[in-house]
Amino acid sequence: MSSEVTTQDLLSIEGLSIVYEVDGETTYAVNDLNLSLKPGETLGLIGETGAGKTTTALGIMGLVPSPPGRIASGKVVFAGEDLLQLPEEQMRRVRGKKISMIFQDPMTSLNPVMTVGEQIAEVILIHEGVSRKESVRKAGEMLEMVGIPAARAGDYPHQFSGGMKQRVVIAIALACNPDLLIADEPTTALDVTIQAQVLDLMKALKTRYNTAMILITHDLGVVAQVCDKVAIMYAGEVVESGDIRDVYENTRHPYTKGLFDSIPDLDHTVGRLKPIKGMMPDPTDLPSGCKFHPRCPDAVASCATTMPEAVTTEAGHIARCLILKPMAEPSNRVQG
Amino acid sequence: MSDILLEVKNLEKHFSTPKGMLHAVDGVTFAIERGKTLGIVGESGCGKSTTGRVILRLLEATGGEILFEGQNIGQFNKDQMRRLREDMQIIFQDPFASLNPRMTASEIIGEPLVIHNKVSSKKELAERVSELMALVGLSPRLVNTYPHELDGGRRQRIGIARALALKPKFIICDEPVSALDVSIQAQILNLMQDLQEQLGLTYIFITHDLSVVKHFSDDIAVMYLGQLIEKASAKDLFENPSHPYTRALLSSIPSIHLDHKMERVVLQGEITSPINPKSGCRFAPRCQHATAECTRREIGLTEISAGHFVACHLVEGRVQ
Repeated sequence: MSSEVTTQDLLSIEGLSIVYEVDGETTYAVNDLNLSLKPGETLGLIGETGAGKTTTALGIMGLVPSPPGRIASGKVVFAGEDLLQLPEEQMRRVRGKKISMIFQDPMTSLNPVMTVGEQIAEVILIHEGVSRKESVRKAGEMLEMVGIPAARAGDYPHQFSGGMKQRVVIAIALACNPDLLIADEPTTALDVTIQAQVLDLMKALKTRYNTAMILITHDLGVVAQVCDKVAIMYAGEVVESGDIRDVYENTRHPYTKGLFDSIPDLDHTVGRLKPIKGMMPDPTDLPSGCKFHPRCPDAVASCATTMPEAVTTEAGHIARCLILKPMAEPSNRVQG
Repeated sequence: MSDILLEVKNLEKHFSTPKGMLHAVDGVTFAIERGKTLGIVGESGCGKSTTGRVILRLLEATGGEILFEGQNIGQFNKDQMRRLREDMQIIFQDPFASLNPRMTASEIIGEPLVIHNKVSSKKELAERVSELMALVGLSPRLVNTYPHELDGGRRQRIGIARALALKPKFIICDEPVSALDVSIQAQILNLMQDLQEQLGLTYIFITHDLSVVKHFSDDIAVMYLGQLIEKASAKDLFENPSHPYTRALLSSIPSIHLDHKMERVVLQGEITSPINPKSGCRFAPRCQHATAECTRREIGLTEISAGHFVACHLVEGRVQ
């Protein structure tokens, strides 16, 4: 990549909306989503079940199952090209080569009847145009890089433990030195000590290869340890995003505040947690206005009718909340 | 004088497998006071869930004693166990798998009352069920819903109502919030805390989530490969973790504080096999402080300060 484009976004998602249509009912999984990422940056994408995190990732990869899924609108600009306009054949060259993905469950994302060496070599063979022998040699190298002896390349996935399998998946994802790695809950299925090993490995590899990364998780702690930027999703929208320090230490959106209050803090003992009341809205029947307003402790009357615009600070800290902007009319505010 | 509700002594559960004897629980000893919560933490395969099931006699222990209100329940016959089940209940991790999909919410909650002949009429049953639903914060309109119609949080509330139906004294909570989203998790934890206060319940809280266990427990027991390796009050354990495994475990928790740089103890390797374990400390192969002494002999719990027990050769040496 030439020097003039290094400050440009590697990935820029603009107004992305993804819907699933089943039996005449429409599920609004991702709604008008905007995100950007520079080369080498790590973005944490946080949200609860059904927030649309994984659908967003599948949208970037061009893997939204269709039907029932459909990209209703938006752009996914990667290295200057709108991926949504690429024919499938070209997209296949992007996947695994330029953009790789790691899935949550290492057991189901590995092929049980292929050796791990073959599975790593396969990616290299397809994308790098090298000989089979060379791909096998490189596969061994990749295994060593993730801390597994190359001698184990001939072993099958079931011969490895959960943490080791996830290392193999990481080796496959990084085999072609991608510009962007999307990791969907990469450590959720792992025990905490193994999670620490895998996160350390991912951090080290990211620094070494300057790979940009989107880390999808529900764990605010994991994001704090690994990411530079963070985006909080709720009901298919990014409700708050920015540099990690801004979002964590100067939280603006009531939903983000609610998330932080919901988890027990190891450093401060509290008698009771402060949960967010209610539950996630039904994605086939989203509330009008701000989608968080029925659960929001700070909601005002207009929250139910007006879709909040993104409010951005100078530092690029974005939040979509009505009560942030209208400093002029605080009298609207009612107790929720 | 403390009021001990449950005590286990040298509890042992071994499974015979084609590869050898699997030591799922090996010599676990602890006691819980009435109205308190004991958290049991550990990673997959450490024996924490098996310990819970053995205490309820859902699995039969292969050794040791279980004393509930002073009685050795390991000796109880079927009739005695049936009566005892009213006092001891369990809440499971997965509210999908633990509720019968063909039964409505009210049928599930009312079933223990029917089985144990606690109600004499349909009217009384309906009343008791609606009381229980109110107790766990389920709306009365949900009586005829099926589990698949409800979200995880509500399903777990049904599981809790069912566990409370017989007015138990003691509940084993096996990862009750692990399958729930954080905002719902906090709701359920608060509910369980309220119920404990209202009904004077005693809990064993089994989990792998260290921040949840710290928030929820009075005492915490840490297990590794079937053995209890450290036990202390929640505060003491987090302020002064003394077993090398506990220290590694606590330092692995990703903190939400950006400047919180804990001295990370990254463990080498992974948990070894519980089948035919070698003698001595089971953590020794991964322990950076291990000496030849550690594998030479078995190590028991040593009390290093009031109520703080550690099974580590190094700590033992320091105390003596």
